Amino acid sequence: MMRDIKYKKPIDPFEEIIFQKAEEKIEFDDFNLWYDDNYVLKDIDIEIKSNMITAFMGPSGCGKSSLLRSINRMNDLIPECRYTGEIEIDGIDINSPNTDVYELRKKVGMVFQKSNPFPMSIYDNVAYGPRIHKMANRNLLDQLVERSLREAALWEEVSDRLDDDSLSLSGGQQQRLCIARAIAVEPEIILLDEPCSALDPIATAKIEVLMRKLKEKYTVVLVTHNLQQAARVSDMTAFMYLGKIIEFDRTKEIFENPREELTENYITGKFG
Amino acid sequence: MDKLRKEKIFFSLFKLISLSIVSIVLITLFFIFANGLSVFNLDFLTRPPEQGMLGGGISSPIAGTIMIMMLTVIFAIPLGVGAAIFLSEYKENVDPKVVRIIRLAINNLAGVPSIVYGLLGLGLFVLFMNLGFSVLSASLTLSFLTLPVIIAASEEAIKNVPHFYREASLALGATKWETIRNVVLPSALPGILTACILGLSRAAGETAPLLMTGAAYYLPRFSWNIFRQFMALSTHIFYMATQSPNPDLTRPIQYGTISLLLFIVVSMNMTAILLRAHYRRKLR
Repeated sequence: MMRDIKYKKPIDPFEEIIFQKAEEKIEFDDFNLWYDDNYVLKDIDIEIKSNMITAFMGPSGCGKSSLLRSINRMNDLIPECRYTGEIEIDGIDINSPNTDVYELRKKVGMVFQKSNPFPMSIYDNVAYGPRIHKMANRNLLDQLVERSLREAALWEEVSDRLDDDSLSLSGGQQQRLCIARAIAVEPEIILLDEPCSALDPIATAKIEVLMRKLKEKYTVVLVTHNLQQAARVSDMTAFMYLGKIIEFDRTKEIFENPREELTENYITGKFG
Repeated sequence: MDKLRKEKIFFSLFKLISLSIVSIVLITLFFIFANGLSVFNLDFLTRPPEQGMLGGGISSPIAGTIMIMMLTVIFAIPLGVGAAIFLSEYKENVDPKVVRIIRLAINNLAGVPSIVYGLLGLGLFVLFMNLGFSVLSASLTLSFLTLPVIIAASEEAIKNVPHFYREASLALGATKWETIRNVVLPSALPGILTACILGLSRAAGETAPLLMTGAAYYLPRFSWNIFRQFMALSTHIFYMATQSPNPDLTRPIQYGTISLLLFIVVSMNMTAILLRAHYRRKLR
């Protein structure tokens, strides 16, 4: 926090309050990860604040997706994956043997790079999670589906055709459906793995507006290879390179006053 | 010029070979149906064999085949689909050696001649398990015979379900089994169905295993009891052609029975092909 003063930038008091009030949600504590002999994440030691968008950017292969997939333990699916160190959510170690990984994944929703709605109706897609977790009876389920679709800014477009096949939606709509599906299980954290990389600019803009709305209720962690997107939507940005976090700070700082030469080279397009 | 002529000759040669294969199939089908359809009428399909097997219809062989097919479905599909699920989804949980042995067994099962299945059925079900010559023994034997087909094709169908569906389901906090039941199996269902139809259509025409597990030459009284002997279409053809006191007299019955059996098998295969084509189109 003191760094801001060092740069003698005018402090926006409103912004300052938001950053200072933000609670710590996810904490990486000296986390290392390997796929076989491939050392993918090195000494990750960061805190992700709640109700903010934290973006991870970096060239492909820098480990940003692996980092994201450690938060909901999707790396468990890869048998050759090993790790050391801890990841804590609300102070609780998610890799401890006592953790219910299914509860964890309910609490930490994920949206993938390629939109992947199930080949079912729009309604069934959103209702999938709540049904699995037996969260609601039929009446409540209708409400839950509507609320999730509204939160994902998709309700207006699909409310009259909930029974249509989800694959009849456009790419951007499919991605928002995936967000609605993730929201429906009432998570606390939403992980977005390059959610716009396959979308056109208009669909991308819609998702970005949606992200800003989502952070009011959820902690959003975004992985992107799109610098402008990180600059536009995120509050905090981490720059990753070869498995290390090179720099992690408020987005403004990263883009206007990078401390590391590597970061500066990356955001000025000298490599990428 | 010489090269061109050579090419033309070879091209015509290959064309001729392919056409001759098609014509063999068509001539056979035409010959059988031309002779068989004249026999077809309601009586032929609904009356049991009469006059010492020289006349009447084929109602009891039809019923027998239906019974056997239905029981085979009941035994073979859960076993086959279960094995396919295990081989495609749970193989990481066991020693790779075990998986290799299972695969080897299934592949060998596919190459075993059907008469060997008949012997297996005779030894295992009829005698050892004391099920006797019965519909039950025959169905169990046939389900062994169709298993390799069902397993191989179902496994393929399950493997073809895109990985990102599984990931999406698991990321929502579903367990592996919930993911398989709610996402993987519904997506693979058309493929599995195709596999089962193909397996069953193979079983429908099998003769040797039935001869050894309970197919009767003639049953005076038909019954739906699965612990009794039975008549079936395939064995009926065999008996009519080889065991009848007067094979020439029974020729129309033979043609009629063959026509019906061919019709069943061909239409099952067509259903499978159409289903697969429809499914492929839908995936795109």
